[in-house]
Amino acid sequence: MPTRTATLSSLGAQFPAVTQRDEVRADHFGFVFMSISQDISTAADAGPDQQAEQVWDLVIQPKRHLLDVNLKEIWDYRDLLFMFVRRDIVTVYKQTILGPIWFFVQPIMTTIVYLFVFGKVAKVSTDGMPQILFYMSGIIMWNYFADCFNKTSSTFRSNAGIFGKVYFPRLIVPLSQVTSGLIKFFIQGCLFLAIWFWYLATTDTIRPNYWAFSTIWLLALMAGMGLGFGILFSSLTTKYRDLTFLIQFGVQLAMYATPIIYPMSILSDTARRILWWNPIAHIIEAFKCGFLGTGEASMAGLAYATLFTIASLGLGIVIFNRTEQTFMDTV
Amino acid sequence: MTTAISIEDLSKQYRLGQVGTGTISHDLNRWWARVRGKEDPYSKVGQVNKRDQAADGEYVWALQNINLSVEQGEVVGIIGSNGAGKSTLLKLISRITSPTTGTIKAKGRIACLLEVGTGMHPEMTARENIYMNGAVLGMRRHEITRKLDDIVDFAGCRMFVDTPVKRFSSGMKVRVGFAVAAFLEPEILIVDEVLAVGDAEFQRRAIGKMKEVSTTGDRTVLFVSHNMASIRKLCPRSIHLDAGTVKRTGPSDEIISAYINDGLTNELDTPIAKDSPRTGSGRAMFTRVWIENEDGNKLTHVTSGANFTIAIEVTAHEPIPDIVLSIALQDSSDSYAWLVRSNFDGAILGLNQKTILRCTVEDFNLARGAFRGVLFMSERDNEILDSLPNAFTLDVAVGDYFGTGARGLPNHCKTLTRATWKSSSQA
Repeated sequence: MPTRTATLSSLGAQFPAVTQRDEVRADHFGFVFMSISQDISTAADAGPDQQAEQVWDLVIQPKRHLLDVNLKEIWDYRDLLFMFVRRDIVTVYKQTILGPIWFFVQPIMTTIVYLFVFGKVAKVSTDGMPQILFYMSGIIMWNYFADCFNKTSSTFRSNAGIFGKVYFPRLIVPLSQVTSGLIKFFIQGCLFLAIWFWYLATTDTIRPNYWAFSTIWLLALMAGMGLGFGILFSSLTTKYRDLTFLIQFGVQLAMYATPIIYPMSILSDTARRILWWNPIAHIIEAFKCGFLGTGEASMAGLAYATLFTIASLGLGIVIFNRTEQTFMDTV
Repeated sequence: MTTAISIEDLSKQYRLGQVGTGTISHDLNRWWARVRGKEDPYSKVGQVNKRDQAADGEYVWALQNINLSVEQGEVVGIIGSNGAGKSTLLKLISRITSPTTGTIKAKGRIACLLEVGTGMHPEMTARENIYMNGAVLGMRRHEITRKLDDIVDFAGCRMFVDTPVKRFSSGMKVRVGFAVAAFLEPEILIVDEVLAVGDAEFQRRAIGKMKEVSTTGDRTVLFVSHNMASIRKLCPRSIHLDAGTVKRTGPSDEIISAYINDGLTNELDTPIAKDSPRTGSGRAMFTRVWIENEDGNKLTHVTSGANFTIAIEVTAHEPIPDIVLSIALQDSSDSYAWLVRSNFDGAILGLNQKTILRCTVEDFNLARGAFRGVLFMSERDNEILDSLPNAFTLDVAVGDYFGTGARGLPNHCKTLTRATWKSSSQA
């Protein structure tokens, strides 16, 4: 028996060692695990001098500076902007028969209704311009602004799901909405231009002038103002939801305070002075003046609208920037 | 080694109760304090994050003074009970919300997977959604184009690549989402229990991919999970969060055992809510379950090798003379580790309006671990009366099952079996 005892005890001497290693990290079941890293450290024992050497790519702190908008980061995410725009345009009319034709239907129908209600029934003057062009020019311009404003004003609430799961510069979302609105505007603008050319060729009622070249600038102002107000309201509604109700009818009412369905010329002097402070009025007037040759475009008015846009955009970005850091806690 | 993530004095405060327009008064108060150059009047009143205690302040610290550093290439698990602050920590690191105080410094691109398939649109095709999802996660377009084939293969959806994802099954959607994430290649990857979805084959692939990511060595991974088995498998080091603070940090095995032992302070006595997930006719229902020892005292946990009784309270609409009762225990990877059934032992159990059924177990043969209790009851073999997949949690502590002090190999085999051994020499 002595030999057997010796064998058993030597086995016994090996076993505990195997068992212990097994307990820590076992790989005799075919898994290959990496070894435990021995340097389990906390920030406390890493030492201050070691950290000073490190160059960090990202530093997250409680509050950023108000104007600290990382434009480079937004540029880095330009592909996401593109994808959002694509999604907005492509998915809206999926599984519809008419597809993108719906982009035309809406302004055409609205124009027809205005033609009937304001042109035929209420007989509001159009300054001698063809009614269809007069209404359509106002509608597509106003729609662009209203679209930018409405969509961006719900940025935080309607994107809370995705914002709560992944980080990207939040400004990408309102920017993409303004961009996809612009594409929609161009599609509708083509329709407008087609009708405009037809009138230009067959009649001599419309007298386009150099103001037409300001269109790009006008669009930028519209986009800027829509974006500025939109993100401002979007930021405020994360905490105070009352504003959502205000936005809903506010945009509708604002349309009547803008010369869309009527020309400035039919207004009294007092009304005109009040309307002068509406920056969008200048934009609409400049557009109508450029393409139709009617309306009261003025450099002073456009300068005012420009200042207004810069101010609202600046304020919007500051507030948005502040809100985006913690809105997930309140939305 | 260089530090990939360094967290200093990180705290996050939340407001308790409804965050409504009532905050306008607090906002004004804060503003007034700031104007006078005073400290925020609400930052002091926050209390420690203990969800079972009544709130006496209006604010709570979801995280308080967290100090951590994670080395580059490390794979770290984050564990803790519900509400301990795990998700808050991930949300702060992934910049979804801002900390109240403290800083986080990171080196390299961070990608977080708090959910797979973020940003996917049901009307767009799988291909479009791969681009969409990739862009949301911060990938460039050309990067996705380069990896598109791999992603499609990994998701196993080549056939449906031009089909709108709304026609996909939910599992398929998850596969596409995970496939995009798997090819993201960030320097720092943050994962929150996304592996709990998909079929078994895909889970294996996902785990494999995670392991591949972690073993290449230069990628840092933070992994939050309640599944101790996958934490053990993937993460050499773990962080245990408790009530918003770092309770322990160290090798996963130690941390997990300590975490499980922490849970053993409350006695196991679980009332079962009427609306908890259950199936069955409902003629009789489980209403309460607890564990008691031989003297009838309630226990907090059981130990390997011990004798104890599982007591179950059942409420029935009318007396049922002959029922079959099963009690099963599932381990952290959801496989059954243990099962007893009354008809195996030839027992005949009857029910009155209110009945307490007792099942006494001797010489309990499960190794250390946390198990989920599954209760099942039927009238003979016919009608299923009640079936509760998640009735209680049973913690098993190390005990002396073998009588030799050995505790088995709890990481590998959940059951303990005594055997007699003999060695006889052949002539």
